[in-house]
Formats: sequence, C-alpha cells, structure tokens
Amino acid sequence: MANIKDTLLEPIVVNNPIALQILGICSALAVTSSMKVSFVMCLALTVVCAFSNFFVSLIRHHIPGSIRIIVQMIIIASLVIVVDQVLKAVAYDVSKQLSVFVGLIITNCIVMGRAEAFAMKNPPIPSFLDGIGNGLGYSVILMIVAFFRELFGAGTLWGVVVLPVETNGGWYVANGMMLMPPSAFVLIGLLIWGLRSWKKTQVEKADFKITKNSQPSEVI
Amino acid sequence: MEYYLSLLVRSIFIDNIALSMFLGMCTFIALSKKIDAAIGLGIAVIVVQTITVPVNNLLYNYLLADGALAWAGLPDVNLSFLVFLCFIGVIAAIVQILEMVLDKYVPALYNALGVFLPLITVNCAILGGSLLMQERGYDFAESVVFGLGSGTSWALAIAVLAGIREKLKYSDIPEGLQGLGIVFITVGLVSLGFMSFGGIDL
Repeated sequence: MANIKDTLLEPIVVNNPIALQILGICSALAVTSSMKVSFVMCLALTVVCAFSNFFVSLIRHHIPGSIRIIVQMIIIASLVIVVDQVLKAVAYDVSKQLSVFVGLIITNCIVMGRAEAFAMKNPPIPSFLDGIGNGLGYSVILMIVAFFRELFGAGTLWGVVVLPVETNGGWYVANGMMLMPPSAFVLIGLLIWGLRSWKKTQVEKADFKITKNSQPSEVI
Repeated sequence: MEYYLSLLVRSIFIDNIALSMFLGMCTFIALSKKIDAAIGLGIAVIVVQTITVPVNNLLYNYLLADGALAWAGLPDVNLSFLVFLCFIGVIAAIVQILEMVLDKYVPALYNALGVFLPLITVNCAILGGSLLMQERGYDFAESVVFGLGSGTSWALAIAVLAGIREKLKYSDIPEGLQGLGIVFITVGLVSLGFMSFGGIDL
C-alpha cells in the first residue's frame, strides 16, 4: 500500500518531472498564460501519460527491444489523437488556444520518458499510477506558473477579475511582460530555486568553486 | 521573392521557435552545456527540419487534408485526424534514412552528428515545425522557407545559450539556483533580447 502511495506522490515534489528531471518543459512554458488553458493541458497530459504507461506496460513482454521506441510512439500518438478529437468536440475554444501543443504531447519527454523508464519494467497498475503521479507533478508546476502569469499579467484568475485593470477603469496597471514568453522562463527558474532551497538534496554541484579573496594579512 | 525573404527573417528572429514558441526545450536545456555539442545538434536540426517540413507539407496537402484525396476519386474523405501519427512517422523515418545515407556517403558528417540524430525524432521543435506549417496553411515553397528558417532559429538560439553557459560556470551563483535554475533565468533574458527583433518588418 505504501508503495502505491509513493509511486503516486513521489513525482509531485521529491522527483518532479519538470523541476528535477528536466522533462516536458516546452508545453509548460507555452500554455501557461491563462489558468483555464493550462488546466485543460494538464488534464490532457495526465490522461495520455497514465494510459500510455498502462498500455505499454500491458504489452511490455511482447515488444522486441529494437523497435520499442516506435511501438511506444504509436501508442502515444493514438492516445493523443483521441484526446485531441475529444477536446475539439467538447471545448473547441480551448483547443484552438492550445493550437499545436496538444499534438506536441506526443514528443513530450515526460510521456516517452515514463513509458521507457517505468512502464517497460513494471506491471500495468503501478505504471498507470506512475503516469498519474507524473501528470500531477507536471500539473502542479504548470498551475503555479499559470497562476502568477494570469494574475499579474491580466489581473484575472480563471477568467474572473481579481485585480481590476486600469484600462477597464480599475486601479491595477497590468504587467504585460507577464503574458510574454520570457516571464515564463524566469518564473520557472525562480520556482526551481524555491524548491531546491526547500529540498537541499536536489541542489546541483557547481563545476567550479569560487575561492575566497585572500585576506590582507595573508598577502603581507 | 521579397515575401519569402520576409518569411525567412520572421521565422529566424521574430517567431524564434525555441525562444518565443518554446519548442524543443528539453534538448535545448539538456544539451547546451558545450558549444561544440550545441552547434552539432543545431546543424542536425536545420538539416532535418528543412527536409521534414516540406515532405510533411506534401503529405498533408495530397493525402490527409479535407478533400485532398480527390485525385484518387475520393473527394469526401477527410483524414486530417491522422496528422499526428503520419507526421511523427515521417520524421522518424527521415531521421533513420538520413542516418543511413550519411553513414554510407558522408562518414565525416555522420561522425559529427552521429549521437544527435536519433535524439531529433523526439525533439518537439521538429514535430512542432510541421504542425505549425499545417496550422498556418503554408504552400510548398513557403514550407521550404519556413523549415529552413525555423531550423536556423533553433540552432542560433542553442548556440547563443551554450556560449553563455560556458561563461556562466565561472560565476558565483546562489546554491539553490545552481544548474537548472540559473539556466532558465538566462534563457528568459536571451528571449527578452530576441523580443527586440519584434519591430523588424521587411
């Protein structure tokens, strides 16, 4: 039981796919200018990740080693087609805003990485949970970034006005920078800084250590 | 002619696929530690992108788009839901073929690119380029220019970042920001720099 809980919760903080494994960053940056859109993206990714893990794990004994990447890719691509068609039918506006990024779930390294690293070696149920866990780890970062970008960039949360913007007669001068691409990079950088100050074990070693300046007393 | 030049400049500087569309970020961050590796990967991306985008364009316009099968007597067939599967298949196949051709005829280039070629299949910049081409409805000539331009833009971005990172390792960075954190912030600043190209209009 404890094992299942670990598989599910570990990727969220301890082994976060974005912050630690550097996987799946492309979409994390591009869709985060509004919370609603990023939520749909998270949902899509979690579903694809969970089911691709499940199916890959189900047929893992029948996949020849040399063509496993192609097999995984086809499973993932088929799932993404299903998700894309569902999105177009249910939430057409959001799917237009996500544009190419739903399709890019295929090459999202989280999905491929988990299929290759976890699902090929574990039974279906734990793989399914691992997929959900990694999907959640990805979602947490996405939602935090989207929260800041939407709040400070447009003064809204989930489309609801929180800080009335000046152009609409409110008092808040919107920070247009937040809706631009560079802010997403900087926000994720700061987020990683925060996470690593909290979990010290994730800190990377520096290639070079800066030595201290020599004291006057030592020189003379 | 002027139109194509403008499209090329647009796709290299203004709509930089790495810095303003965020495509191919995983490899972009992971492989930008050394300038040599970054340039090798950049060239591989330019080559693959320039080939795959036009090929996918032909595939889409003559097989998959709504009513594209009219030449085969099937005007009502719409296979556009298959684009993801077909594009990724084409990319994987082209990368594989390119690898074999280079190995046979240009071994020097193969040795230089060798390690990076297989990585390109899962690089979202390549698939993203093809999907953007489909979404924007480029014709064949436009897709050639767009493929070349977007590949170059990615190569340019990774070379710039690798250059900065080589210098960055000698600087005194706060502990938690070491490594990944500072790279993200640097990319943010580079991307801010590229935004100043936004006003260029040919």
